[in-house]
Amino acid sequence: MNKDYKIAVIDYQMSNMFSIKNALDRLGYENEVTSDYKKIMSAQGAVLPGVGSFPDAMENIKALNLAPAIKDFISNGKPFMGICLGLQLLFSASEEFGHTKGLGIIEGTVRNFKSQPSIERIPHVGWNQIKKMNLSNEDSNDHRPLDQIMDNEYFYFVHSYFVCPENEEDILTTTTYDDFEFCSSVLSKNVFASQFHPEKSGDKGLKILTNFFK
Amino acid sequence: MSLAVRIIPRIDIKGPNLVKGVYLEGLRVLGKPEEFAKYYYENGADELIYQDVVASLYERNSLHDIISKTAKEVFIPLTVGGGIRNIEDISNILRAGADKVSINTAAIENPSFIKKASRKFGASTIVIAIEAIRQPDGTYMAFTDNGRNYTGKEAVSWAKEVESLGAGEILLTSVDQEGSGDGLNIDLISQISDSISIPVVAHGGTGKLSHVSDLFAKVPVSGVAIASLFHYDYISMNRNTDGYEKEGNIDFLKSNRILSTIQPSTINGLKKYLKDKNISCRVNE
Repeated sequence: MNKDYKIAVIDYQMSNMFSIKNALDRLGYENEVTSDYKKIMSAQGAVLPGVGSFPDAMENIKALNLAPAIKDFISNGKPFMGICLGLQLLFSASEEFGHTKGLGIIEGTVRNFKSQPSIERIPHVGWNQIKKMNLSNEDSNDHRPLDQIMDNEYFYFVHSYFVCPENEEDILTTTTYDDFEFCSSVLSKNVFASQFHPEKSGDKGLKILTNFFK
Repeated sequence: MSLAVRIIPRIDIKGPNLVKGVYLEGLRVLGKPEEFAKYYYENGADELIYQDVVASLYERNSLHDIISKTAKEVFIPLTVGGGIRNIEDISNILRAGADKVSINTAAIENPSFIKKASRKFGASTIVIAIEAIRQPDGTYMAFTDNGRNYTGKEAVSWAKEVESLGAGEILLTSVDQEGSGDGLNIDLISQISDSISIPVVAHGGTGKLSHVSDLFAKVPVSGVAIASLFHYDYISMNRNTDGYEKEGNIDFLKSNRILSTIQPSTINGLKKYLKDKNISCRVNE
């Protein structure tokens, strides 16, 4: 592990930053919870964590002027990870509490599980399996977050909304809940984002962090 | 592919210690919560629950220390309950490293607190604990303070109310069974589970592996919280009585005596048993 490798945990003042910070500390990464443009840009990697509602999150991102930092960091090509709400915020728009525009980094929308008749219980809480899609996409990418992670491995989920990417090639994994298959992670160039929580998914989750940030 | 059932060790905490209420006998000190937590994490726990059973203001800092020690070593979700009265209490517990909070008394006294907390921290962070006791007419009433205080709220309608107020999950304790090892209360659990569409975690009464498989076969609950079954297994291998003399009743810990209704198991042992019964769960092979 490279001690000089610093990771910015992007703070938009609503979600629980402590879990991802504890995981990065444990893995030996220098890291800082920050909403400062310069500090984010000077890091080697960045994480957008998240628990909470999409509209509130976008409001805070606007108030803290974080969209330029997120977009510029990503266009610099350095590894950027979104977790849970941090995945959803990267999309064009969400239907949570009406219609809210997202960061628009990945084309597609965020929808409520309520729209799916087969789903009986919301939120989707617990450990569920991932199915790897588009393996050639990951093979050709410099970043391989799922390296040595088996198909059907379990990860921890807790959410009521799911993402629908416009471009199928962005889908890295899918997961099935009550017979409904949804996109559980995306990989697009230097952006990896997951609906599940790697920082709460035991050793396999921590492995994804070290796969992606190195 | 499907969602796995969640096996959740429940750790009751008094001051710096893990305690367990032994049926009709009161609290016994069993060891240090963070040591049990680490062992359970490594043994395949899907989540952990910490319940501060005294929840006095004096011991709040000690609870926060235990949470932050745990969160540095244990990378699965941690729910913390006991004595949470307001938004600031929730913030402090999350800041210490918990992922969810479980609330009972403050929700009963002021149901709008659920709505406020859910809106601020997200529904998935807010677990409502319901402690139910069966009444002579066959209905169930919700209680607080480990079943000591009557609230006048009927458990099924209270569950529906907390769902409508934005709770993300219900932790349902059957007080009549808790600590007995006599089996889970399937009647209560299915009544609550059938009436709501948020996840339910059932607690109270697990004494052997078949109690858990029976539950999952009969009721579509999301998980089960278990204490004695796992604790007794842990202390049978890691008995440490040094330094506990001043901290509470350790007769139980010294005596090596186990309630006859409890057949101890590791978490992984329980999961392998469930998997053999075709119940979907995450097993460390």
